[in-house]
Amino acid sequence: MSEKQTKPDPAAVEGSPEPDRVEAHPDSPAQDDPGRGKSPRPGTRKYWRSLEELADTEAFQEKVTREFPRLAVPMAEGVDRRRFLQLMGASLALGGMTACTKQPLERIVPYVRQPEHLVPGEPLRFATAGTLGGYATGLLVESHDGRPTKIEGNPEHPASLGGTDLFTQAEILNLYDPDRSRAITNLGRIETWDGFVSALTTALAAQQGKGGSGLRILAPPSSSPTLADQRRAVQERFPEFRWYQWEPVADRMGRGREAAEEPVARFDLEPADVVVCLDHDLLTQGPGHVRYAKQFGRRRKVLSERDSMNRLYVLEPTPTSTGSQADHRLAMSPAEIERFTAALGAELGVGGRHPRLENEKHRRLLRALAEDLRSHAGRSLVTTGRQASPELAERVRAINETLGNVGSTIFYQDPVIVDPTDPLADLRELTEELRAGRVEVLLILGVNPIYDAPADLELADALQNDQTWFRLHHGMRADETSEYCHWHVPATHFLESWSDARAFDGTVSIQQPLIEPLHGGRSTHQILALLQGRPGRTGYEIVRERWLDRLGEEGWRRALHDGVVPGTGPDGRSAPGGTVSGADLSEARSALGEASSGEGLTLLLRPDPTVWDGRFANNGWLQECPKPLSKLTWDNALIVSPRTARELGVDTGDVVEVGAGERQIEAPVWVQPGQVDGCVTLHLGYGRTAAGRVGDGVGVDAYRLRTTENLWRIPGVTVEPTGDRYPLASTRGHWNMENRGLVREASWEEFQEHPHFAHEGSHAPSEEMTLYDAWEYDGYAWGMAINLSACTGCNACLVACVSENNIPVVGKDQVRKQREMHWIRIDQYLSGSYEEPDGVLNQPVPCMHCENAPCELVCPVAATVHSDEGLNDMIYNRCVGTRYCSNNCPYKVRRFNFFLYQDWETPSLKLMRNPDVTVRSRGVMEKCTYCVQRISRARIDAESEGRTIRDGEIRTACQQACPTEAIVFGDINDEDSEVSRWKAAPTNYGLLAETNTRPRTTYLARVTNRNPELPSPKRESSHQGSSETDHGQG
Amino acid sequence: MSVIKKGGYDRPGIIERSPVVAPGHTPGSVTDRISEVILARTPPWFYPAFGISFVLLMVLIFSLAKLFLEGTGIWGLNMPVAWGFAIINFVWWIGIGHAGTLISAILLLLRQEWRTSINRFAEAMTLFAVACAGIFPLIHVGRPWLAYWLLPYPNTMGMWPQFRSPLIWDVFAVSTYATISLLFWYVGLVPDLASLRDRTENKLGKILYGVFAMGWRNSAKHWHEHEVASLLLAGLATPLVLSVHSVVSFDFAVGIIPGWHTTLFPPYFVAGAIFAGFAMVLTLTIPLRSLFGLEDFITQRHLQNMGKVMLATGLIVAYGYGTEIFMAWYSGNQFEWYMVTNRITGPYRFHWFALIACNVIATQFLWIPRVRRSAVALWIVSMFINVGMWLERFIIVVTSLHRDFLPSSWGMYHGTIWDWAIYVGSIGLFLSLLFLFIRFVPMISIFEIRTLLPEAKGVAAEPTTPEESGT
Repeated sequence: MSEKQTKPDPAAVEGSPEPDRVEAHPDSPAQDDPGRGKSPRPGTRKYWRSLEELADTEAFQEKVTREFPRLAVPMAEGVDRRRFLQLMGASLALGGMTACTKQPLERIVPYVRQPEHLVPGEPLRFATAGTLGGYATGLLVESHDGRPTKIEGNPEHPASLGGTDLFTQAEILNLYDPDRSRAITNLGRIETWDGFVSALTTALAAQQGKGGSGLRILAPPSSSPTLADQRRAVQERFPEFRWYQWEPVADRMGRGREAAEEPVARFDLEPADVVVCLDHDLLTQGPGHVRYAKQFGRRRKVLSERDSMNRLYVLEPTPTSTGSQADHRLAMSPAEIERFTAALGAELGVGGRHPRLENEKHRRLLRALAEDLRSHAGRSLVTTGRQASPELAERVRAINETLGNVGSTIFYQDPVIVDPTDPLADLRELTEELRAGRVEVLLILGVNPIYDAPADLELADALQNDQTWFRLHHGMRADETSEYCHWHVPATHFLESWSDARAFDGTVSIQQPLIEPLHGGRSTHQILALLQGRPGRTGYEIVRERWLDRLGEEGWRRALHDGVVPGTGPDGRSAPGGTVSGADLSEARSALGEASSGEGLTLLLRPDPTVWDGRFANNGWLQECPKPLSKLTWDNALIVSPRTARELGVDTGDVVEVGAGERQIEAPVWVQPGQVDGCVTLHLGYGRTAAGRVGDGVGVDAYRLRTTENLWRIPGVTVEPTGDRYPLASTRGHWNMENRGLVREASWEEFQEHPHFAHEGSHAPSEEMTLYDAWEYDGYAWGMAINLSACTGCNACLVACVSENNIPVVGKDQVRKQREMHWIRIDQYLSGSYEEPDGVLNQPVPCMHCENAPCELVCPVAATVHSDEGLNDMIYNRCVGTRYCSNNCPYKVRRFNFFLYQDWETPSLKLMRNPDVTVRSRGVMEKCTYCVQRISRARIDAESEGRTIRDGEIRTACQQACPTEAIVFGDINDEDSEVSRWKAAPTNYGLLAETNTRPRTTYLARVTNRNPELPSPKRESSHQGSSETDHGQG
Repeated sequence: MSVIKKGGYDRPGIIERSPVVAPGHTPGSVTDRISEVILARTPPWFYPAFGISFVLLMVLIFSLAKLFLEGTGIWGLNMPVAWGFAIINFVWWIGIGHAGTLISAILLLLRQEWRTSINRFAEAMTLFAVACAGIFPLIHVGRPWLAYWLLPYPNTMGMWPQFRSPLIWDVFAVSTYATISLLFWYVGLVPDLASLRDRTENKLGKILYGVFAMGWRNSAKHWHEHEVASLLLAGLATPLVLSVHSVVSFDFAVGIIPGWHTTLFPPYFVAGAIFAGFAMVLTLTIPLRSLFGLEDFITQRHLQNMGKVMLATGLIVAYGYGTEIFMAWYSGNQFEWYMVTNRITGPYRFHWFALIACNVIATQFLWIPRVRRSAVALWIVSMFINVGMWLERFIIVVTSLHRDFLPSSWGMYHGTIWDWAIYVGSIGLFLSLLFLFIRFVPMISIFEIRTLLPEAKGVAAEPTTPEESGT
């Protein structure tokens, strides 16, 4: 591995789109006439020849533009024969000449000095870090000849441990997004960097005298030490300058600046035997969630009766991925959760009044949970999410303290974010300042507040004031905010720029780029360098300067190579938790929750599981990624429980008007079992107007209902059907497993009694039941095992697979026609009744690579055949597209290119693709290959080193991304391999093995660790999942 | 002519039936009457009828152009249901063709003389139906320009087709079938083409009929060889009646999808094919015989017999439906049983009930002699069966696929406008070919009809001489 900054790849530079084609700003007349709008050069006076010219009427313009007005008439009558033949002859000759077009001259120069380790065709991996909400995740990024093509987690980074989430996986597409802005613009006109620098310098010079009292910056929360230094330097230069932070989805938002400075909790799930999540998507959202998922997964996977398990309780209003893994999940409204937690606190001796719980189920759960927590004191963990009220947060903190969990499963530390603040307070203050006219120069760096600010701030209105005469938007795309700014400067993607960032636990990573900025973007550091009065400094210099004297050259190189700066992590001790400020545990306050729950519906606003707060709206991979449970793509919808939907008289796909006070929006309904009655949920991040070609006009904008008062929860909303219908695209087939034993499940106790429960009642034919001799796999025999006890259904594997295997985005219309192309999908079945499901069963389904593959038998042209290592190979070149294989596949994992789904034109997307994987054309079948390109690479490496492939050397893309390590791949001929160990587990079973397909992908049945004190649910499936409208028909 | 009271039959113990050729005909009048259809002026109704068919043919060509330019995505196909109208239409057309082969080959070998009046027409129908059917396997693939890879031919890729695939068997079955049908039809045509060559006034007609008559001079040797060739081809075609649709049914039976994976399919498909084929023959002959006034040659006897064949094969088909349901229950296989209940109660239940109404209930009317004797009633029943057999293939293809093993992948299938355009367009192709056939080729075998005349039976006063037969 090399720590050098990657050279700009010749191919990348050649293919990178030049900023030659610029979309005209609507009110910019500059495109057609560069001279207009500018004041006339001194000495040129305007002369006119006629009155018409002076008046400049339309008729005159037309007359002037017609070059030969007199000739125009006879020409229009047609061409005579002679002329026609001449023209045709010339056209043909010219047409022929296009074949001899002179190709652009290209000099191919070999490296004078070959960069270290760079072998053409051999990918390299570099350690870097990506951030979300300011928190870093350490990454290893694969680079093919200078083009980053695949992101993986850095196993040495505490926030990743090798896993990633779907957002990180999708960053590759963000980098190569053809809609990224490509030029600096001033009022829509293209400007140079120098032009911008001089404009900014002029603006700053005016501020210099006032100490920067009119200078404001709005930027996202950051943990970057370098940025912190730069910020301090700017502050020294402009003492009156203010730095505001904004992030639409942040922890402790709206609780005030004081609360933001309080110690932050960090968890250790490995020692936790009992985990309680109170409205908290612990495993798929928030800082450190990938690590938590890893640790959680390690406590879930049981291979034998001796392995122990943790127990997860989830109380949440809206189904989440974390909820799908829960041993006990109850749908509760936020108010009920508050009351429940108060009661739990009282039971555990935290103090406070013990509110009466109305619901018998809640009371039963409370007793059992309190007992469970008491008996696991010090080995338990109670958490709550960012939506929690201060009271709930305080109770949770107190419960953890009382249980003695602090220092074992929960640790407190100072916030990682530099100068932590409440983004809401910051934005509110900035708005006030704008209105008061105190802001002259406003630099908006990498945030999009015009889109995602609370609606009642009316920021767009505040921003348009004459005092703020220099407004800069610095971002990767020209978005909603840049429309309100004078200047737009393209920002770099994190794979294009130098920076540094801290992980959730404080560990610092250096963020090193893998490619030169594709579109001449500048990083935030470079903008700040201008404010420091040190223009011209590169990001490399800025970051290196910050670290070089602390680490030394050797340490700097080490840090780049490892992806973590040593000695910056936590020390394993916990700071005192401190009480949550703003929490008022008095009885009057806790009664409030009860009162407000009575009237109307409660609208819950949540970040979207696939596009987050809207920043990923232009990412087709994420738009097309089916959201957990609803499997909805390309839209958000108002999630309503079946009972509430019935009361409202609405069904999936009905458009309703959601009214919150004087604000209304129209949204389609999605009826979701598992949603709590009386609460409806709408995900943020949709309804963007300037996201780009992919994200514009997709879904409804929930920010229009969000106010500073009600960030996450709006009580008393009205939902009125409008009578309209809206087409929703879901990849869900059917809720129900129809008693088919597809996902097999048992409780821990049942597993102890019947370790082979997964095989009871199934009729897999024996392998001897054939007239033919079985094929002997002499060398490797690849196989996969998926542990259903660990899968959270988070979709990281799906997006990783899309990225690794060049899987196309097909769009909403095609998804509605059930033509999505994902090679791996996560089937989710509900158990229990439709109205009150008591469990969600996640089942990732890639190709099974059956040894008796039904697809191979029926292909008329032998385009899908078995390899001697047991892979079911797909030969795209040979496929004629009869689709017979897909019909005969009992797992329906094959995907067909009904149209030319791949984008063969866009240059930047060509750079993005994995060169080891064929880009499929129209009319060809495709499917999971077990990442055969990775197998081939490992084989080449092993053969050149004269050894066999080691276990764990090949990791499929889904396996590598999986945050819970639920997937394992390897050689099943090797008895010691991890996959063989898994397959030897008593819970190992083959999906639909009774069809005698003998799948190579097998599943480890799900074992849940239910509390024996609580009644176990009847495991019978409901038959109420509506049938006709099931797939995609919303 | 009082001798020919019992039609062509003069055997004791056989009850009186309507004749296969109306009384009063002589060899000369037969030739006149049938060749008149071709040699007379084009009847006025022909132009609109052919015009409509031709427009539909253009619809087909336009839709195919769109299909080739854009891809199979213009159809309603999706991931659980990757086969749709194309395969349904393929099986439907192939099935329709079967009646022709059955009539010309098996009934010839069984010496069912009544077949003579309709065999030419039925064979032509077979040929055109196979032509329509043959389009679909080629166009339904994702990359139709590579469809020839299904043929076994030496190539630089060093690849043979994958012979275990039923689609390859289809290639052989259908191409054999098309070849034999064409040859059989053509061989049968030769003496009649010679008649037309001698009778037509049109110069171009003389040349073309002359070329295609291949120098038929009506010699005894010609007749002998013609007879041998016909019998040989009939012998070759006979197994095809059973094999072609059996092979087509393997497309499904070899699959492991519930609703496809059943050994019942070959006989059930063959019966269904004959059922559908006779229905189509009736659908076409009933209007044509009255339009051209050919009631003398296609008599009520023919209609009755075809009605009986439909009834018999319809009952076999109904038995097939029953067996399918019974076996799904008896097997105890939950996937099979779900498939059956889903067909009857699921989202495609209306299709299923329509299928039962068309193929099972409508057929029962054929028990009634009055229905069998009424051309109108028979035509209505046969139309029901045409629709019903199309629905049967729809049920088999779509309802089996749309909900198979994993409920997570379930879905729905609906034909798009392009699915329908190609289907309707293929009917346009069929009708266009049929109308051209009617206008240019004798649609009833002249020389064979003459053998049905009493003279040919040796019961007439004047024995038939070979000289007379030739002209």
